[in-house]
Amino acid sequence: MAEEKSEGGLVFHPLDQFIVKPLFGDGAVGMFTITNVTLWMAISVVAIIALFVFGTKKRDIVPGKAQSIAELIYSFIYKMVEDICGKEGAKYFPYIMTLFLFILFANYLALIPMSYSPTSMIAVTAVLGFGVFIVVTALGFILNGPAFLGMFWMKDAPAILRPIIAVIEVISYFVRPVSHSIRLAGNVMAGHAVIKVFAGFAALTLVSPVAILGITAIYGLEVLVAGIQAYVFTILTCVYLKDALHPHH
Amino acid sequence: MEGELAHIGAGLAAIGSGAAAIGVGNVAGNYLAGALRNPSAAASQTATLFIGLAFAEALGIFAFLVSLLLMFAV
Repeated sequence: MAEEKSEGGLVFHPLDQFIVKPLFGDGAVGMFTITNVTLWMAISVVAIIALFVFGTKKRDIVPGKAQSIAELIYSFIYKMVEDICGKEGAKYFPYIMTLFLFILFANYLALIPMSYSPTSMIAVTAVLGFGVFIVVTALGFILNGPAFLGMFWMKDAPAILRPIIAVIEVISYFVRPVSHSIRLAGNVMAGHAVIKVFAGFAALTLVSPVAILGITAIYGLEVLVAGIQAYVFTILTCVYLKDALHPHH
Repeated sequence: MEGELAHIGAGLAAIGSGAAAIGVGNVAGNYLAGALRNPSAAASQTATLFIGLAFAEALGIFAFLVSLLLMFAV
């Protein structure tokens, strides 16, 4: 992408890395075109399968490296679901585990130079976010019936304030999937764009040492953010799920 | 002319990032203050800490998104 030029400066656009390209040929990107986004999503799925199916195949009593990592992640998420949603939330653990693993692996694989980050696309995270929203809303109505709407009607608030609070609660409930998905996409996209901005400065001879140090520092931060954002997405899913399971707390 | 105004707007929207930084600092600082007073209760509250951080940070990301839209989509 960046070509060596003696005069330096920004020779590429920091947002060029998010362009969706078809893998084969140069045609338009349609609904079923295999693009670089598809490729990197597939790679993360393959990596998850490699770790969790083939890594834990031996089922050693004393786990090896791959098995310890898989067991660590598994018990970490299981404990989180159980802490937040309670015992009956454990039924939905596979869904939450799937979300966490996909986001975690997509985030970390995106940190490989020249790779593509599927989670930086709002289209990808919106599917995850709205999926959670639809599942949680449907589950709330199935498990609680119309009583689920009681979530918006605060019984312990003063009677005059209740309708106003109900309106605010309804609005905040419907903003949830938007903020849920944009938080992930925005964080990942912002981090990758900042790295590219620093990389643009690295072409200037005068500031290149500072710029390269900056890239290293931001990269370190991004490693942290990749993990934290996957964790935050999952923990918010648990919180929303808890609302569906126990709407009256 | 409109393009320049959009760039000024993008710069103004970036102020939101600073505001979100105040929020995130507030959450983390108060958590630390509480955690140092009662370290035994700190571990159980890390989940709440991250939820709080995420909510505070999301608004900064929204500001960033607005400036990106102004820069490249308008």
